[in-house]
Amino acid sequence: MEELKLYTYIAVFGTFAVYFGIAWWARAGSTSDFYVAGGGITPMQNGMAIGADWMSAASFISMAGLIAFLGYGGSVFLMGWTGGYVLLAMLLAPYMRKHGKFTVPEFISDRYYSKGARIVAVVCLIIASLTYIIGQMKGVGVAFSRFLEVEYDNGLYIGMFVVWVYAVMGGMKGITYTQIAQYVVMIFAYTIPAVFISLQLTGNPIPQLGLGSTLADGSGVYLLDKLDMVVTDLGFKEYTTANLGGTLNMFAYTMSLMIGTAGLPHVIMRFFTVPSVQAARQSAGYALVFIGLLYTVAPAVGAMARLNLMNTIEPAAGQNLEYSERPQWFKDWEKTGLLKYEDKNGDGKIQYTADKATNEMVKVDRDIMVLANPAIANLPNWVIALVAAGGLAAALSTAAGLLLAISSSISHDLMKGVLTPDLSEKNELLAGRVVMTIAIIVSGYLGLNPPGFAAGTVALAFGLAASSIFPALMMGIFSRKMSGTAAIAGMCSGIGITMLYVFQHKGIMFIPGTSFLGGMEPNWFMGISPNAFGAVGALVNFGVAFAVLKVTGPAPAHIQDMVDNMRLPGKTSAAHAH
Amino acid sequence: MENKETYWSENLRLIFICLAIWFVVSFGLGLLLVEPLNAIRLGGYKLGFWFAQQGSIYSFLALIFWYGAKMNKLDKKYHAEG
Repeated sequence: MEELKLYTYIAVFGTFAVYFGIAWWARAGSTSDFYVAGGGITPMQNGMAIGADWMSAASFISMAGLIAFLGYGGSVFLMGWTGGYVLLAMLLAPYMRKHGKFTVPEFISDRYYSKGARIVAVVCLIIASLTYIIGQMKGVGVAFSRFLEVEYDNGLYIGMFVVWVYAVMGGMKGITYTQIAQYVVMIFAYTIPAVFISLQLTGNPIPQLGLGSTLADGSGVYLLDKLDMVVTDLGFKEYTTANLGGTLNMFAYTMSLMIGTAGLPHVIMRFFTVPSVQAARQSAGYALVFIGLLYTVAPAVGAMARLNLMNTIEPAAGQNLEYSERPQWFKDWEKTGLLKYEDKNGDGKIQYTADKATNEMVKVDRDIMVLANPAIANLPNWVIALVAAGGLAAALSTAAGLLLAISSSISHDLMKGVLTPDLSEKNELLAGRVVMTIAIIVSGYLGLNPPGFAAGTVALAFGLAASSIFPALMMGIFSRKMSGTAAIAGMCSGIGITMLYVFQHKGIMFIPGTSFLGGMEPNWFMGISPNAFGAVGALVNFGVAFAVLKVTGPAPAHIQDMVDNMRLPGKTSAAHAH
Repeated sequence: MENKETYWSENLRLIFICLAIWFVVSFGLGLLLVEPLNAIRLGGYKLGFWFAQQGSIYSFLALIFWYGAKMNKLDKKYHAEG
């Protein structure tokens, strides 16, 4: 135990020192290239930075845990969070890079020739990003509570403080290079335990292949077949076919995540840092290479973690683990309050079943699975320590990127762009820092009452981005005639209907007790869950925009010429502000 | 550029092909047709399950790089590289 603590401290503080070192080094070199790093980042570097920015606590800590318990239903996250890059590479990134501005609301305000459109875009962006950060805060809280052995609430407060220091002080200028380092830490932390566990269980060191292999215990049974058998014996749904609320819901969920990915401003912003249109297309490809590395390993991590958990609690059918003989990781997680056991039948053993009346694992928070995984599999302590460092890298890099997107949208787009155009650069930066601080406090408060698991909360953010920003951007490029009035009407109705649907089921701004229809499935529209509703919101957005366009007439000629120019790669100027 | 109309329509054609494949590998094979496909096995994987959790991601990757390469050629053809 002492050894584990020592390794964890070394891994966490060691990696933190590297990040701060890089942030300081990159910052010392340049003071001006705050937003787009001078447009000189190579596609490969940019791909890695997007990877780190993108893969958040939700991807790293939460997703494999969700897959572990959802089985096939967890596929919505895998397809949804990767498929969006195809849309980005083909429908948005090259054209927006060609246009050469550096925030999303700025692009919208040019294309729709209106400050109103810019304000609507800023509001949509803030709502989506803030929801996203709540998910990060949950992940940060879980990671810190385990690492420092404190309650979840205290872990969250510490996490808020670290994110604050990181984002406000260090995370500004060197953010791209810091994120490259964080990507490297993250991917090692994720794949090394997976390789070990795959080797243990199947004898195949490549997790993507191990998941489809036979078990190494000599039985000749395929791993997935064994897992299906174990879970169905205890009354759970079959792993490889378990559906998530029906085919229509899974369809809408996946679509929401895909178009939400393409509409998230902190990701789009990254494409403004490369030198050309061609490089923007390539960046999307490299980003998906680096993201796909983690995403194809995640299903293996999920399935193997589930199997190991089941085997620990019930090594053979009917032979349940004595509570007094529970392993150390079990005790450690009980301390965080995220794992709870209740001896319902008083036999001193642990029964884990699908039946609420007899199930004694009364709480197994899915977000603990990835962090607990190496310990469950009895891996060496340095691997466990590495995972802690990786989880923190994931949460911190994304939180920093999102805070940057929020603060730039308020200080640059709202204050400098609309309210007080004569704001000095110094005051713009100060405003940015103040906004960041407020955003951290608000998201921390909401992180104390998260509406769901980290990945689930994050999914809501995608729905909001999907229903507002993505359609406006896409129509702006692919429809020359699309007008400002029509786009504003579309954005407002798209995000409006999605928020109404989410809040009526999950509470206003997720505050418990304020939902007026209840989170009950019977009240869901056509069985579509609030997390999946963004796809419907996007359809509404497109529909309303085209209807209003019919009535109010097309955009002026000079705007249509601007769109024509956007569509041709030609000469790109460096991204600029005004 | 004189041929900007053809350039754009060729681009649209490529996007259409790519997005059709994008839709088929994820929503088609991974979701709508998952049950019949699951009758086929790929080692320990049921095929529909494999597409949903592995195959779709590999296909997305291939699509983006293929599209990027095709577009680079198109840019050269129309002397439009930036």
